[in-house]
Amino acid sequence: MNHPDMDAFNAFIEASKAAKTKRRQAPSLQVEDVSLSYPAEPNALQNISLEIPSGCVTAVIGPSGCGKSTLLRCFNRMNDAINGCRYSGSIFLDGANILSEGIDVTALRRKVGMVFQRPNPFPKSVFDNVAYGPRLAGIRSQRQLDEIVENALRSAALWDEVKDRLDAMAGNLSLGQQQRLVIARAIAVEPEVLLLDEPASSLDPISTLRIEELIYELKSDYTIVIVTHNMQQAGRVSDYTAFMSGGRLIEFDTTDRIFTNPSERATEDYITGRVG
Amino acid sequence: MRSDTLSDLQGEESAFATGAVRRAGVMLWLTSGMAVSAVVLLIGMLCLLSWLAFAGGAFGAEAGQLPGALEVLSQGQSPYTAEALFSAVVGTITVTLLMTLVVAPLGILVAVYLHVYAGEHWYTDLVRIGIHNLAGVPSIIYGVFGLGFFVYWVGGGVDEWFFSNSLPRATFGTPGILWAAITLALLTLPTVIVSVEEGLLRLPASLREGSFALGATRFETVVGVLLPATMTSVVTGVILAVARATGEVAPLMLVGVVKYAPSLPVSVQAPFIHLEQKFMHLGYLVYDLTLHAPAGDGRIALIAVVALSLVLVTMSLTTFAAVLRGRFRYQYAQEGLL
Repeated sequence: MNHPDMDAFNAFIEASKAAKTKRRQAPSLQVEDVSLSYPAEPNALQNISLEIPSGCVTAVIGPSGCGKSTLLRCFNRMNDAINGCRYSGSIFLDGANILSEGIDVTALRRKVGMVFQRPNPFPKSVFDNVAYGPRLAGIRSQRQLDEIVENALRSAALWDEVKDRLDAMAGNLSLGQQQRLVIARAIAVEPEVLLLDEPASSLDPISTLRIEELIYELKSDYTIVIVTHNMQQAGRVSDYTAFMSGGRLIEFDTTDRIFTNPSERATEDYITGRVG
Repeated sequence: MRSDTLSDLQGEESAFATGAVRRAGVMLWLTSGMAVSAVVLLIGMLCLLSWLAFAGGAFGAEAGQLPGALEVLSQGQSPYTAEALFSAVVGTITVTLLMTLVVAPLGILVAVYLHVYAGEHWYTDLVRIGIHNLAGVPSIIYGVFGLGFFVYWVGGGVDEWFFSNSLPRATFGTPGILWAAITLALLTLPTVIVSVEEGLLRLPASLREGSFALGATRFETVVGVLLPATMTSVVTGVILAVARATGEVAPLMLVGVVKYAPSLPVSVQAPFIHLEQKFMHLGYLVYDLTLHAPAGDGRIALIAVVALSLVLVTMSLTTFAAVLRGRFRYQYAQEGLL
């Protein structure tokens, strides 16, 4: 049974698994003087500059319509789809300006994953949802897909709940499970940055807690940017916080500092609930 | 004072509630009444047709003396024989299925182009208005167009290029089942486009965004997510198209239908389908029997049996599609999309 070759093989498998789970150096995002306008909102973003550190969770907070989602959608160029949207400035990811004309947007989006406000699973099975991205990337081998899907679902803390019904339609899952499923779907393409646009706003408190735990676990492998309305959530999950208002970045600092001793009056007013 | 306003409010609310309930009740009665009368009408029509067809001559002095449709058909008086009826059934089904093969992909392509690729401009609005108006063009106009464009121009061109050996005898440059199917496809294209586009509009924008966010191109998004999610609308469009197409006679008279075809447009040997042949159609047969068949023995029974066949063919084609749609719908209900 325990043939020496078999032992060597097992050791090799263990080693490669360890190599895979080893912490990668996720990149940082340098935002330099980004302004953005669309016809309905001429000053959606005004001269935003900040550096989102790697391997951390950065929360973007601010009142409704302050441009925080717009800023988030700059990081994977989702604003491109909006008619008449214009932007200037630059955002550097791995040394490349992702706002430049020549960038391959589909390749960028594989590097920068996004999770939306409401869970948006595709009308497919759980498995096919997670395998959607890898299949786009050209992976056809069933064995490889099985492995990717399992890993992604494990990372999203969903595997134990769905492993017996991978063929079930994704719509059958609870909202909280669906949201973790779309996180798994985003993870499956092995991005470096994960953008979360109010990922828990449509979920109940327990599901919200699970998502927050998940964010905490994921931050060692990804640079995470989360937009949230929920101040407590920003305080709980993030290392850095950016406060925006009226399309401007008011303050950016460590979360501890923003929540305990902000340097701007507007930030303090918002945090303490006097405005917004 | 305060209790007054409260009770006022409650009174208003309950008045509003009873009003709403009454309105809902009226709507329920109206809609269920309509549904029941539609079913009664349909069953009544089928019964009447069956009675006319099989009960023997029902009208005139010799009521009850005349033979039923089965006797007439089996007497084999050319051209109104059982074979002719069979040929017309096959012709109707074949031309409708051929039309579906043309109209479904074309309609999907146009709808996807309009919804996903074209963007919002004044000229896409113009195209939409044009498509909606096309649905209102009288069908005989499509027949004239089909004859001029497909039969003479395209068909003539095909003959010159590929069948020049057999000229001047036309192969495709003459009315035939292919041109009839394409003409019908053109006629029903607006229906399919509108239905598919409505279906695409109903899909939440988040599906599209979710796919883009995973690095999918527009084409991958359409093929991988949007079209599978809108299959019910595609099938609905095709059902409407089939229902309209099987009822059309006028354009077919110009582009390929005949009173009597010596052979079927399909066969069991290769090439299985003869696209250049003329064909028989139940709708045309009804018209022909009514106006041109010699009056007398069992003509009404014949008309009735052909009409009954037409209704049954239409119903079975649409029922088949509806079953298909039901399966898709069940799937999407499971996915919370409907």
